[in-house]
Amino acid sequence: MTHSFVPTGVELLRLSPEILLVLAGTLLLVLEGLTGAKRGRELGRLALVALGAALLASLAAARQPGLAFSGSISADGFATFFRLVVIAAGLLVALFSGPYLRRESAERGEYYALLLYSVAGQCLMASANELIVLFIALETSSIASYVLAGYLRADRRANEAAVKYFLLGSFASAFLLYGIALIYGEAGSTWLGQIRAALAGPPGSATPLAGAAAAFLFAGFAFKVSAAPFQVWAPDVYQGAPAPVAAFLSAGPKAAAFAGLLRVFMTAFEPVSASWEGIVWVSALATMIVGNLAALLQSNIKRLLAYSSIAHAGYVMVAVTAHSSIGTAAAMFYLAAYVFMNVGAFAVVSYFARQGERYVHVDDLAGLAWRQPVVAALLSLLLLSLIGVPLTGGFFGKFYVFTAALEAGLVWLTVLGLLNSAVAAYYYLRILVVMYMREPSEAAADLAAPPAPVRAALWASALATLILGIFPSTVLEYASKAAALAP
Amino acid sequence: MNLLDAVLFLPLAGFLTLLFVPREREETIRRLALGFASVTFVLSLGLAVGYRAGGEFAFVTDKPWIRSPEIRYHVGLDGLSLWLVLLTTLLTPIGVAVSWNYIRKRVKEFYALFLLLEFGLVGVFVALDLILFYVFWEVSLVPMYFLIGVWGHERRIYAAVKFFLFTMAGSVLMLAAIIYLYTYAGTFDYAELLRLQASGNLAFRRTEGLLLFLGFFLAFAIKVPLFPLHTWLPDAHVEAPTAGSVMLASVMLKMGCYGLLRFLLPLFPQASRECAPWIVALAIAGIIYGALVALVQPNMKKLVAYTSVSHLGFVVLGIFTFTPLGADGAVYQMINHGISTAMLFLVVGMLAARGGSSRIADYGGVATPAPNLATVFMITALASAGLPALNNFVGEYLVLQGTARVNLRWAVLAATGIILAAAYMLWLYQRVFFGPAPESVRDRVYDLKKREWAAMAPLVVLMVWLGVASETFLPAIRQTNALILERARASGEVRVELSLPLEEARP
Repeated sequence: MTHSFVPTGVELLRLSPEILLVLAGTLLLVLEGLTGAKRGRELGRLALVALGAALLASLAAARQPGLAFSGSISADGFATFFRLVVIAAGLLVALFSGPYLRRESAERGEYYALLLYSVAGQCLMASANELIVLFIALETSSIASYVLAGYLRADRRANEAAVKYFLLGSFASAFLLYGIALIYGEAGSTWLGQIRAALAGPPGSATPLAGAAAAFLFAGFAFKVSAAPFQVWAPDVYQGAPAPVAAFLSAGPKAAAFAGLLRVFMTAFEPVSASWEGIVWVSALATMIVGNLAALLQSNIKRLLAYSSIAHAGYVMVAVTAHSSIGTAAAMFYLAAYVFMNVGAFAVVSYFARQGERYVHVDDLAGLAWRQPVVAALLSLLLLSLIGVPLTGGFFGKFYVFTAALEAGLVWLTVLGLLNSAVAAYYYLRILVVMYMREPSEAAADLAAPPAPVRAALWASALATLILGIFPSTVLEYASKAAALAP
Repeated sequence: MNLLDAVLFLPLAGFLTLLFVPREREETIRRLALGFASVTFVLSLGLAVGYRAGGEFAFVTDKPWIRSPEIRYHVGLDGLSLWLVLLTTLLTPIGVAVSWNYIRKRVKEFYALFLLLEFGLVGVFVALDLILFYVFWEVSLVPMYFLIGVWGHERRIYAAVKFFLFTMAGSVLMLAAIIYLYTYAGTFDYAELLRLQASGNLAFRRTEGLLLFLGFFLAFAIKVPLFPLHTWLPDAHVEAPTAGSVMLASVMLKMGCYGLLRFLLPLFPQASRECAPWIVALAIAGIIYGALVALVQPNMKKLVAYTSVSHLGFVVLGIFTFTPLGADGAVYQMINHGISTAMLFLVVGMLAARGGSSRIADYGGVATPAPNLATVFMITALASAGLPALNNFVGEYLVLQGTARVNLRWAVLAATGIILAAAYMLWLYQRVFFGPAPESVRDRVYDLKKREWAAMAPLVVLMVWLGVASETFLPAIRQTNALILERARASGEVRVELSLPLEEARP
């Protein structure tokens, strides 16, 4: 490994999305200071431009794949895939945040700056090839999102959510750091490739330390993706945080944490997979069951979507359990589909909730289909995708995940997982029932047509869901190529 | 793009077209829906004309859809699917016609979903790739869920959710089985799987085969529905709007029967045989149970729903005798049941729309104000009770004859279902159409209108046609069933009493 401290041009290109996002975030803060707090709308547009530019930068970086910064950054297909996913999630959220924040008279540059920082952290997490960089990336993403969760300072629910998220999140970070320390003790390196080489000795040569490190790292990641038994924060935080922030938390940080988890466990810890496979198996099953059963009982739609997002983390965890390149590709596809359907569903929630989030109960949606038929139809498509009905991205996500699981011989996990998805149908159906089969409630009655940004975000997510459901080949093939992670 | 693709995608085109019609233009929407459904039907007649018994599948299109894992858009038609496709395309315009005046709210959504339903149903019967089949299987579920839940009667939400969850629970297990089969065989293509099967490269260990069989079987058995998995059926049928009940009873239930013959017997011959005695026992239990429950129903719609449980028992019984007669009878019975039950639901729906109730006790003497309605119902009731020269007789006779050759006791038990059918049908007829007419009937019940005539006439003609000229339909069925049974027999030992000579020399 050559240790040159002056980065070359191509190295900067490989890190360009992150650099761009951080610079744009800082620019927003500076501009906000210069122009006063009245120009939130313009700053929001600037954030959209920055995210669009980061999207292009990721594509540009993908044309020059390779390592950067002494091998601590790997701008490979895997990184590109997740960069695109998290930036797209950020873009959609930034899009429909505007109307929400204006309604709450809270549209300021700092919101968008925090969003950009968090997305930058997530991009870095997707490309980190070294544990310290990974940790910094995770913290960048997390700290920005703690603040976002409590962004509406005057709202007590949001305060509670932020404090809870921060305290529990700090524990998780500590776990992660502890795992990194342990594996450094075992392997003498924090570079994933070197750890792999150190662990890949003759069978039985790895000490229990490697297994403990894997367990601690797993716990840290499991918190971030809200996998059982580290999922308890998610419902409270999603419920308390402003709806667009809840959408963001359920998409970007989760996808990025899975990116980190997959890269670390598929490269560094692959040689000792026997020591963690069982843990992931149990966690996958428990996550699906906890998420789905608890979601059955929810009447608050944000809480319901929170438990649903826990359940979906469980499905992705099934693909992780398979620990094969097919499994990794399946997890990538699933997360891409999940981000669109979930963010789209939250876009409707944030639009429907009205000022002060008055209408966040499932029953409030009664009769929505006959007041705003297009919104209801698009939301139905997203919900059917969350159920996993064919011709939506959600179906192929589940299909690929369980194909990978069966290829790996995980018959029971597959059967139980699929039965879980049948149970899950019930709570998504409840939303459909309320929207289509009940007479309009007062909440739906005086609902104005969705503002253009919400419409755009909703259409974009619905179309992406549909495209992933009818022509999944392109995305899956890209994921399959990218999933063969070079150690 | 051949004729079959056109028949498959025209309803989808109709669905998409309706989405773009403004909702206020209800008359345009109805006309468009009827237009799309009718043209689809006319095109599908071309399938029947062009179909030549002989090869394996006709009108085949086989194109890659998804590259890895390879899923193909592979569709084709054989003697088993041909008549079921025609049944679907015939009943869709009829369903549109009978909904004309009854569906008053949310017209646009109703007809759009109705055409989407047709797309899913036709797709199920022609898909020759397991995942494609699964896709259509689920796609047909969604519109039916909305049809019941939005336009149904009082307990519609309960019925719709129950219908969805029952089907979903079965189909996820089928999905697991399909994927497992793929990891084993490396293909989802039905024809390819059959080739592997024939060359002996698809041999399962016993438990493996049994579990795969059960995965598929549960999905199909719930859809048929086989006793004791039938509890969703009465709810769904009773609560659905008339057109929904018709499609549900006449076509959707056949998805399960079709799956049994198309996939289970050829792909898992050994497990099928092993489980056959149990399945036959459940089928006979269903025949008798369904008939007995129908006998005591105070509600007409519910009565008709339970007759389905009974009649479909015959279909399953016929299939699991593994005899050509039984299987031919089963397929024939699928079509018969489709037509007679559609008629029953139409008549009951018309009565309920006039009298405002579907309770038998609210009626009496309907024959006086509505003689034509009474005549049509009479023909249907007699057909449903298995009177010779009408359609059900042929199917039930073939099934019973096939069963008798395997096990006489089974046949005797199953035949009680026919006796009970005569009892519940005639008793229903007597209570509703004869006797003193309550005031509500005299005031409100009127005879058939033109559109209602138009909707029912083709079905009456078909009931007689199927009853007296079974040779129009049977050759195609016979030839396909011979192939299926040959595959079901190919691996595993052959029991002597099951290897009866076929009616026709096989090519």
